[in-house]
Amino acid sequence: MTATEQRSGTATERAAADTTEQATGTSGADTPAGLLRAMLRIRRFEEKCAELYSATKIRGFLHLCIGEEAVAVGVVGALAAEDAVVSTYREHGHALARGVPMTAIMAEMFGRSTGCSGGRGGSMHLFDAGRRFYGGNAIVAGGLPVAVGLALADHLTGSPAVTACLFGDGAFAEGEWHESANLAALWHLPVLFCCENNRYAMGTSLAREHAQTDLAARAASYGMVSWAVDGMDVTQVREATTKALAYVRDSGQPCFLELRTYRFRAHSMYDPDRYRDPAEIEQWKRSDPIPALTEQLVQRGQVTTADVEQWEREIGQEIAAAVAAADAAPLEPVEDLTRHLTSTGPGEGSAS
Amino acid sequence: MSPRTATATHRRGRKASAPPAPTATATTYREALREAHREAMRRDPRVFLMGEDVGRYGGAFAVSLGLLEEFGEDRVRDTPLSEAAFTGAGIGAAMRGMRPVVEIMTVNFSLLALDQVLNNAATLRHMSGGQLSVPLVIRMTTGAGRQLAAQHSHSLEGWYAHIPGLRVLAPATLEDARGMLWPALQDPDPVVIFEHGSLYNLSGHLPADPGPVDIERAAVRRSGTDVTLVAFGGTLGKALTAAESLAAQGISAEVVDLRVLRPLDDATILESVARTHRLVVVDEAWRTGSLAAEVSARVAEQAFFELDAHVERVGAVEVPVPYAQHLEEATLPQVPGIVEAARRAVGEDG
Ligand SMILES: Cc1ncc(C[n+]2csc(CCOP(=O)(O)OP(=O)(O)O)c2C)c(N)n1
Ligand SMILES: [Mg+2]
Repeated sequence: MTATEQRSGTATERAAADTTEQATGTSGADTPAGLLRAMLRIRRFEEKCAELYSATKIRGFLHLCIGEEAVAVGVVGALAAEDAVVSTYREHGHALARGVPMTAIMAEMFGRSTGCSGGRGGSMHLFDAGRRFYGGNAIVAGGLPVAVGLALADHLTGSPAVTACLFGDGAFAEGEWHESANLAALWHLPVLFCCENNRYAMGTSLAREHAQTDLAARAASYGMVSWAVDGMDVTQVREATTKALAYVRDSGQPCFLELRTYRFRAHSMYDPDRYRDPAEIEQWKRSDPIPALTEQLVQRGQVTTADVEQWEREIGQEIAAAVAAADAAPLEPVEDLTRHLTSTGPGEGSAS
Repeated sequence: MSPRTATATHRRGRKASAPPAPTATATTYREALREAHREAMRRDPRVFLMGEDVGRYGGAFAVSLGLLEEFGEDRVRDTPLSEAAFTGAGIGAAMRGMRPVVEIMTVNFSLLALDQVLNNAATLRHMSGGQLSVPLVIRMTTGAGRQLAAQHSHSLEGWYAHIPGLRVLAPATLEDARGMLWPALQDPDPVVIFEHGSLYNLSGHLPADPGPVDIERAAVRRSGTDVTLVAFGGTLGKALTAAESLAAQGISAEVVDLRVLRPLDDATILESVARTHRLVVVDEAWRTGSLAAEVSARVAEQAFFELDAHVERVGAVEVPVPYAQHLEEATLPQVPGIVEAARRAVGEDG
């Protein structure tokens, strides 16, 4: 996977360009219309994933970020190419916003050799080293120390890169978060901590997991600049992230964003979602980041319904192409099972 | 019984280094480790050391004493008590091109970082389809024998050796203490180095400019013909002493130092068993699911018909290591137990 792979020159070129360029922070994808389109792309992609899961094309654990797209697009799309991303198992949106090709993501979920992790990771472990996308970590809070280390290397080598680490409100209760927050603040490391507070850790609500539910206030206690942001408003998320990134780059200090959001779907495809009042979900759907922004932009004349229809068509085609390619792609050969275990090759001499 | 080949060094028991060469200088295991760090940091600006009390304090076992003064705070980093965070930070920094050495004070505390070691360091290359590399070295003290009681006396080398994606080393000699770090830092994959707590004061001589050692092969530390004693780390000295005692009884024991606990060097073990046809595996860990169990299984699988006797294992009694000296001694493998096992193996009761 290279940075050029996704550029094709077809009718869907704009689709590709929007997301790829976001990763480099250079383009029209930063316009309100661009942000909207990027969210729509993630939404449609994940809806397709759910469908493919039911069709048993995708297996294992599948965690959707539907409802939380403003965070993915607002935060990850704001990063520069040199910046790094460390994410969680709920990372399809982050990966897409980073410019990881949709074809590589879909193929990964199909377990194919063309997948972005060679079929070894699946939905929870999307990687793209070239885009500095360090995965998909399925140990809650497990990515945080690694993010601190990436930032430590940048600090030691004088690189201007910032490492953005996304994690949940559940992760905020883990020791690895508190250790990492302290270490990053103590050593003045360029980490942007992005807590996606969707109010639930599986079935445990915020108030049932935290004695003090104001996460931004608690992060501030580590001596970090810390803001709470409406995570359902992509413009606000983007603005806050841009400001936070500038602060981290200038000061070399970490910064914490609490992105207040909500997942519309269950925790994973296994989850019967028994712990939430359906009325609560409906209430939150009223602040769905996509229709709200669409309406606003149409009213302002910045986008026409024809534009949106055109995007839907392009995105639909992009998704269909990704599914078809994944379906046609070869399985990762079983003979390569022990490949990539170590740099010295298959079996590291002790597979027998 | 065949003639014995023990060197003068071996007869001195704990002095496991080569006899002094004309240019050799007196040193200890601790100083050899320190010199290895000094060399690595001088040779490669990407190398830095971090861990609890490695700087101002000089290292809990004084391995890094003086390095802060020599290399400064950027490269000798005192960390907070956050084993998961600083081990994970080592992983991240390694992925970004640095060559960190993470010192975890002892294996007992490494359990708080086990998530990072297993779920990230050992896993990321494979799980990313070969995109990521974690050239990290983690060092820690291991083992019992100093009356520190259960929570400071674990021997968990076997747990780490269980993990695909790691290389696990156990230097038990001055040469290895001095020579393993540099090749470990050249390995593009994570390497865990176990330093047995009883070894830091091991003294002897090393050449002024010793070259690197290999981190691939086990080593025959004493040749023999009647029985093979496999040991590593803290039990190597005991195995060598036992071999000496066996020699006095007319039994020629070969002593194999595993050195590399993962990937295991089957060939050296099998070659030795093919010579002696009898095997005793000494391991300070609990027997169940131990490295001794693994070595025994491999020999049973690959050299069953070479064996003239069943394999003997000498391990720790399966209890938390107790404090009282007599109880701790009774818990751990000791020289008389190794001698008895070897005598049983050669059919001389015991
Ligand atoms: C260390 C650890 N403990 C438990 C789990 C099981 N688990 C997976 S996701 C999850 C909830 C995490 O919630 P949060 O951090 O808020 O992220 P969200 O799923 O809401 O995005 C749990 C308990 C795990 N994967 N890792
Ligand atoms: Mg949550």
